[in-house]
Amino acid sequence: MTKGGYIGAPIPRREDARLLTGRGTFVDDLEVPGVAHAAMVRSPHAHARVRRIDTEAARALPGVLAIVTAEDIADIQKPWPARMPSPVPGTSVRHGVRHTLPVVKVRHAGEVVAVVVAESRALAEDARDLVEVKYEVLPAVATAAAALAPGASLVYEELGDNIAAHIIQRVGHPERAFASADHTLRETFRVMRGGSHSMEGRAVVARYDEALDSFTVWDATQAPHAIRAMLAYLFDLPEHRVRVIAPPDVGGGLGPKTSFYPEEALVCWLARHLRRPVKWIEDRLEHFMSAAQEREQIHTVEIAFTKDGALLALRDVFTHDVGMYGALIAPVITACTVPGPYRVTNIHSEFRAAYTNLPPTAAVRGAGRPQGVLVMERMMDRMAETLGLDPAEVRFRNLIPADAFPYPVGMVFRDGAPLTYDSGDYPELLRRALEIADYPRARREQAELRAQGRHRGIGVAICVEGVGLGPFEGAILRLDSRGRVVVTSGAPPQGQGYQTAFAQIAADMVGVRLDDVDVVTGDTGAIPYGIGSFASRVTANAGPAIAQAGGDLRQKILAVAAHLLEAAAADLEIVEGAVRVRGLPDRGVPLAQVARLGNGGVAFGMVMPGGLKVGLEASAYFAPSQAGYSASAHVCILDVDSDTGEVAIVRYVVGHDCGNVINPLIVEGQILGGVAHGLSNALYEEAFYDSEGQNLASTFLDYPLPSAREMPRIEMFHLTTPSPINPLGVKGAGEAGTLPVPAAVAGAVEDALRPFGVRVNRMPLNPARISDLIHRA
Amino acid sequence: MTETRAISLVVNGQPRGATVEMRTTLVDFLREELRLTGTHVGCEQGVCGACTVLVDGEPVRGCLLLAVQADGTRVETVEGLAPDLEHLTPLQAEFVRHHGVQCGFCTGGILMSLTASLRDNPRPTEAEIRNTLAGHLCRCTGYQGMVDAVLALAAGAEPAP
Repeated sequence: MTKGGYIGAPIPRREDARLLTGRGTFVDDLEVPGVAHAAMVRSPHAHARVRRIDTEAARALPGVLAIVTAEDIADIQKPWPARMPSPVPGTSVRHGVRHTLPVVKVRHAGEVVAVVVAESRALAEDARDLVEVKYEVLPAVATAAAALAPGASLVYEELGDNIAAHIIQRVGHPERAFASADHTLRETFRVMRGGSHSMEGRAVVARYDEALDSFTVWDATQAPHAIRAMLAYLFDLPEHRVRVIAPPDVGGGLGPKTSFYPEEALVCWLARHLRRPVKWIEDRLEHFMSAAQEREQIHTVEIAFTKDGALLALRDVFTHDVGMYGALIAPVITACTVPGPYRVTNIHSEFRAAYTNLPPTAAVRGAGRPQGVLVMERMMDRMAETLGLDPAEVRFRNLIPADAFPYPVGMVFRDGAPLTYDSGDYPELLRRALEIADYPRARREQAELRAQGRHRGIGVAICVEGVGLGPFEGAILRLDSRGRVVVTSGAPPQGQGYQTAFAQIAADMVGVRLDDVDVVTGDTGAIPYGIGSFASRVTANAGPAIAQAGGDLRQKILAVAAHLLEAAAADLEIVEGAVRVRGLPDRGVPLAQVARLGNGGVAFGMVMPGGLKVGLEASAYFAPSQAGYSASAHVCILDVDSDTGEVAIVRYVVGHDCGNVINPLIVEGQILGGVAHGLSNALYEEAFYDSEGQNLASTFLDYPLPSAREMPRIEMFHLTTPSPINPLGVKGAGEAGTLPVPAAVAGAVEDALRPFGVRVNRMPLNPARISDLIHRA
Repeated sequence: MTETRAISLVVNGQPRGATVEMRTTLVDFLREELRLTGTHVGCEQGVCGACTVLVDGEPVRGCLLLAVQADGTRVETVEGLAPDLEHLTPLQAEFVRHHGVQCGFCTGGILMSLTASLRDNPRPTEAEIRNTLAGHLCRCTGYQGMVDAVLALAAGAEPAP
């Protein structure tokens, strides 16, 4: 299939040079003549009626151009459309109605109530501080438990309670299995995730063209086509008059930049109102206060198993905090991630998602999966403990064997398709991870250290990750007048190296040199349809689309060249920027010349030669039939200082299978970054809100992220089980590293502190919590 | 609020003069007045290090220093490291080879801290490299590619005089 051997090669990224020399193109770096700057007036209360907004003093400040409240933007104050319906038949999601600016009341501390626009950001912030808002403060609900309690204050009165969704999935006969099992175990786990904290916050610049009644919006988004759809809806414009461009450089996304936010609509409205471009750049405090997050889930989980360690049944019931707004993606994925790589034929899975007066939620790298992995892997550890077996051995006894694929779990995944694993070899993945970690020796060393009173622990975690979700991604490939192949695809990168990886696929499929390929992403003006970068989905969706269009473009190029060379297309080859007759190196024609004829260029008169079609362009959309399923096995060896509660990671081994790999350099980078995010979740990040919904950890000093000093060296290997659901055999890798980390760390810490009888049931494991566990044990 | 002062400084070898508001931070001055947008603002809390530039050879947080405080100094930013995209410095080239960049938003500040540190200590150990990088947050890479890039550079470097 491949011609140049670029697919699969660790090609250094073409993005790097501009980023390393300070010539990147992030939204706030773009030169926008005449731009005005917006600052948001945000509610300090989590739940309050807005009684009055006094802008007079602020308006009087020199340099202030406008101050806008909900009344001013009445023309776009439409209810936002309902988000994702429940993928599980017979269940539903209850949507609270939201507007760009709150109509009656604010629902989280940090919600925008007005916006100031001025000649500079500093002036806009000066004026913002002079805007006086009178609130009638209402009681807030700041946890899912508080929101679900009888008599709770309502986030959306029209719903009658705070339940966003109550979704149950069942497989087999769990009650029967529990009744007849040798053993059952029941535990409660509290799992914290956190914010995305991409180093670049949200960022948007909008320009309005009065003559064409159209917007151009530069947006640090993961989903430009979805943003276009929302803006077109709110402004009542046809989609072709809203062009949303995610610039080539977006400073990380990690999930929350997939969502649509009020600021995007407000900046557009202001640009039209002022007839000037308007910019808004989210600062870090605003990111803490208003960008979407993932927060805590509380799981009560039971397992039933035989005395030989065979898992018979699983019952997982959990709550999920949706915040004041959010899609139900994460908890649906959590539910489907719990069964993991194990044969378990009786499942009761149930969650209640609750609206709270906290910031909105979305997916954050992993999107509900790390929580699910933690729940299952903690229970595997507890089963091992109960039976006196090694934790790795218990896992081997329950792993789905390599010859059982496709393997139907029996549930419905978040894409609405059956949760059916496409391919994998979980026993081999775990075996090799343990081999690289030298597991028997690690156990011996642990015993020696324990005899000396030192606390070494070994954690093992393995998981399956639904990736590559549809519905589709597309690609347009064309040969331009310079003889270069231009690849256009919808989903924009935030550091994943699409310009390199897409070029590798296109170069191989068209049969040209890598350096002859240009890549355009994230521009709704360049490709009509796209979905976006999330759910570890782009390589598995855009990749096959590029491959398909690449093959088609090659055929078109050869057909035109055949005419020019008076040869049969089957006898032609593309070599070094030219089409040549195979075996006759001096009979060739440059690709630029092929383009001039094929694209109806002027040099060839007014009539296309007989039989030739105009347009060296091919487009393809690839829509996978279902998600693919990557897998990871992690081994974490760590020491716990029982005096300070500090954790020192001694070794960390990662085994990963994402099917065929387009660029191993990029995939390894994705996994390393994912592991760092997982360690951050496992050991450091914790959001704190008081009972009134006030964020108590809104700086990087209160909410720590790990630096290079906290990160261990990661040892990594790949296993390759190609996916049968797309022609490239690829799966997804963007989130993989994150998933098993909290589980592996939890297992290792509990293992290290076994002499104390410590039970790890709550994450993260910061030194204070570990010390607390030791003292309470 | 809008009191101003004239400053003159040398930025990437070029003498520059400007009248700035007293409250303007150095990073805002570099980005908005001089249009040197390779230095980024990640937190405005002095933690993330994306805004790091060198002032008289020492790494500083551009978000915590006022532009007027940089009056009379020599400032180096990421734009000053390489003349163009085709002539990367050895450190930049190792970052490419070892995939030390993903989204690249934090990269400018990181290169400046490493540049200062490598001038003093051209052959750092892994622990020393991680200590230097500890002044920076990166959410994409897990830092390993950056550490490997500097280790590779150090392996080829002459010992400090």
